[in-house]
Amino acid sequence: MSAIAVRRRTLPGFGLTMGLTLSWLSVIILIPLAGLFLKSFELSPEQLWAILSSRRTLNALRVSFGLAFAAACVNLVMGSIIVWALVRYRFPGRRLFDAIVDVPFALPTAVAGVALTSLFAEKGWLGAPLAALGIKVAFTPLGIFVAMIFIGIPFVVRTVQPVLQDLDPEIEEAAGSLGASRWQTIIRVILPSLAPALLTGLALAFARAVGEYGSVIFIAGNLPNVSEIAPLLIVIRLSEFRYADATAIAVVMLVVSFVIIFAVNRLQRWAQNRIPAR
Amino acid sequence: MTMQIADTVSLSPPDAKARAHAAAARNNLRTEPKAVRIVIITLAILFLSVFVVLPLVVVFAQAFSKGIVAYLAALAEPEALSAIRLTLVVAAISVGLNLIFGLVASWAIAKFEFKGKTFLITLIDLPFSVSPVISGLVFVLLFGAQGYFGGWLRDHDIQILFAVPGIALATTFITFPFVARALIPLMQEQGTQEEEAAISLGASGLQTFFRVTLPNIKWGVLYGVLLCNARAMGEFGAVSVVSGHIRGETNTMPLLVEILYNEYQFVAAFAIASLLALLALITLIAKTVLESHLDEGHDARDH
Amino acid sequence: MTIEVRNLVKKFGSFAALDGVDLKVDNGELLALLGPSGSGKTTLLRIIAGLDWPDSGEVAFNGEDALAQGARERHVGFVFQHYALFRHMTVFENIAFGLRVQPRAIRKDEATIRVRVKELLDLVQLDWLADRYPSQLSGGQRQRIALARALAIEPRILLLDEPFGALDAKVRKELRKWLRSLHHEINVTSIFVTHDQEEALEVANRVVVMDKGKIEQIGSPNDVYESPATAFVHGFIGESIELPVQVEGGLVRLGDRPLTLAADGLAPGASKLFVRRHDMLIGPPGSGAFEGAVQHVRNFGPVQRAEIALLGGETIEIDAPRDKELRAGDTIGLNPRRYRIFAGA
Repeated sequence: MSAIAVRRRTLPGFGLTMGLTLSWLSVIILIPLAGLFLKSFELSPEQLWAILSSRRTLNALRVSFGLAFAAACVNLVMGSIIVWALVRYRFPGRRLFDAIVDVPFALPTAVAGVALTSLFAEKGWLGAPLAALGIKVAFTPLGIFVAMIFIGIPFVVRTVQPVLQDLDPEIEEAAGSLGASRWQTIIRVILPSLAPALLTGLALAFARAVGEYGSVIFIAGNLPNVSEIAPLLIVIRLSEFRYADATAIAVVMLVVSFVIIFAVNRLQRWAQNRIPAR
Repeated sequence: MTMQIADTVSLSPPDAKARAHAAAARNNLRTEPKAVRIVIITLAILFLSVFVVLPLVVVFAQAFSKGIVAYLAALAEPEALSAIRLTLVVAAISVGLNLIFGLVASWAIAKFEFKGKTFLITLIDLPFSVSPVISGLVFVLLFGAQGYFGGWLRDHDIQILFAVPGIALATTFITFPFVARALIPLMQEQGTQEEEAAISLGASGLQTFFRVTLPNIKWGVLYGVLLCNARAMGEFGAVSVVSGHIRGETNTMPLLVEILYNEYQFVAAFAIASLLALLALITLIAKTVLESHLDEGHDARDH
Repeated sequence: MTIEVRNLVKKFGSFAALDGVDLKVDNGELLALLGPSGSGKTTLLRIIAGLDWPDSGEVAFNGEDALAQGARERHVGFVFQHYALFRHMTVFENIAFGLRVQPRAIRKDEATIRVRVKELLDLVQLDWLADRYPSQLSGGQRQRIALARALAIEPRILLLDEPFGALDAKVRKELRKWLRSLHHEINVTSIFVTHDQEEALEVANRVVVMDKGKIEQIGSPNDVYESPATAFVHGFIGESIELPVQVEGGLVRLGDRPLTLAADGLAPGASKLFVRRHDMLIGPPGSGAFEGAVQHVRNFGPVQRAEIALLGGETIEIDAPRDKELRAGDTIGLNPRRYRIFAGA
């Protein structure tokens, strides 16, 4: 009678939907990205090296990666404090502040850029008092740092918040009943449970800050070698029709992004294996 | 299999006083001294106020700094109107495309088991971790004058770069994951039982999708569309690279903000910016409302 | 409608959920698939419904190849373990669903659909719930609505996956009787899956006992209880005393102690002796096949349950009538009224 050659699926449409998914994914994402890598292969290693080791490129990469990392670290600390306040304490306006955390996600980057610039410019609401103290933010690397903190904060908060919320109260009670001080409980029990989420948040905030363009360029000053970020240098090279330079910088940044995604995926898997899902 | 203890017999409610006592004891073990609490709350509020609330306030303060008439006049400029129009068109195209893709992809990914699923989801997520500038660059490399398809496009007189198709493509790239990522976990959690029931009752694939699956994920669809739309309307870096900045033609609202700002037309720049900020606020409010709907769906399933 | 299943194999990775299953179901039967979890019973049910596909083997309805059809074409009513009611539809719309999705050519008009749904609601005695949503129903009500929904398409076969699994004990008992009388009324060939032997024995007119992807025994409730075909069935159904024994030279031995039990026709070697708890008769020491010391005694409703350390080194629990006086420390003789010995350790 019937030979069951093909393993049939109960619900219909797998072939069709999977085919459409893969085609559309290829057209919109994979082929364009592959084009970028293909373009970079047109460069000889010497050419690639010459572009990447030029002073301006190196400085742009240093500014982007260095400040992004510094901003991500600030976000890690401040994000943890915000998460702790939002999850563990009750205070007036808590729900409002919880919602506000998402503003950097939702606010278009150009809007954030002009707003931060106007806020931190020498005559701005915050810029003026800071200038009186001798601190100049707008149009300096410090401005880039501020903008990167702005766009990175939701990543840490939204990654860590659900994990802290789901943390079993009994483990803290157990630690307390075994004689641990509150501080010991936080450092030895809670922090290790949050570690994967904290690291993931750090990585996501860093990845976002490295690639950020809109909210940074207004406040950056964009002085080559000093306050010029890598994405801006790509745009400048494009406007000069130096496609090879733009491609080389882009490939470096993409590879770093992919390494971060990979690391985050591993981190998540590690966290899942270490702390079994409840 | 022996006895079944009847679980219909409910236990007498625990003593309220004892319960309050236990809760207090639990809180004691799980909280910090009052001074510490106040410091942490203050730090959190201060940080969010300075870095998030103030920039938002500045946008509106600057937009209305010369009064409401100047504000409205700035928005009535033909350049502003054309930017608003273009932004709406581009958002409609990319949200539409990504909505269809999101529904199709989440059906394939959430309702079936296959090898490489995690990898496929990672690929769909890629645009989240690509710099917006690079998202624009890839299309320049494909469709630009020196790009892979540049010559062919010129021969056939097709304009992609520095025109609406290029802007729509770059925006679609950037917003690619939103709808799919909102739906996949939701549909995975809902499982396939209702769909199996529908099929066994004689429904076709499309009937099953439209009558059973779609009503169950409607809030999730709305959620994904909302976030996708916010990002599509607000995208700056990618669009900036492919737009060509032709005034009155290929400037979206964020691009116009940049141009006006660089020309020191601050009221006009912040007027457009205020519209985008308003969009962001509405999106956040709607998102909060939708999240409570999605949570309800959660509870309804937990029996 | 008859169902015939031949040599069905289904593997999930290296795990064989079904390992060569053959089964014939007669028209109008109410059949129970009984087994522990992981025995393959639900997989078998899902394959019959067209919700899963075997790696090899055949399924035929009235002699016709069913595997050539998808779930949609098979006209099988399937009641899911967790009901799978459509959350966003009222009870009425849930039941009407199968009628509304029929191809336009044969779809009934709205009035006919309404009448039919009303009939089904009456049949499951829940007409007053038509406008409720599934989340507003109790577990037992959901179960009956799921059944009404499955019946709406006038299924050729009715399949129920753990129909009472998610219900509490009292509702479960009521629904059992109700299902049996409903089956009597509609007389559709029906199969239900259960891990609860009491349920299978009480409701079904034939029971299929499964373990590890294989059928252990098919028979009437009386057959599987009174004459279990395998050691597994004896251990799984009813409460049994299980003793490891040796068959050697026409003798059955427990440890080093020979038992006065007939070993005719038994293969020599390690075997298992099964006795129902209530089939152990108590007598004075030396009077039976076994001898042992009473450890302690508990009263258990109509019987008393005694734990007895046998000479030969095993401890067993027996059920004895309340009028037999048993005290901890007594030495007694025990004689099985009925017993079975199965070869194999």
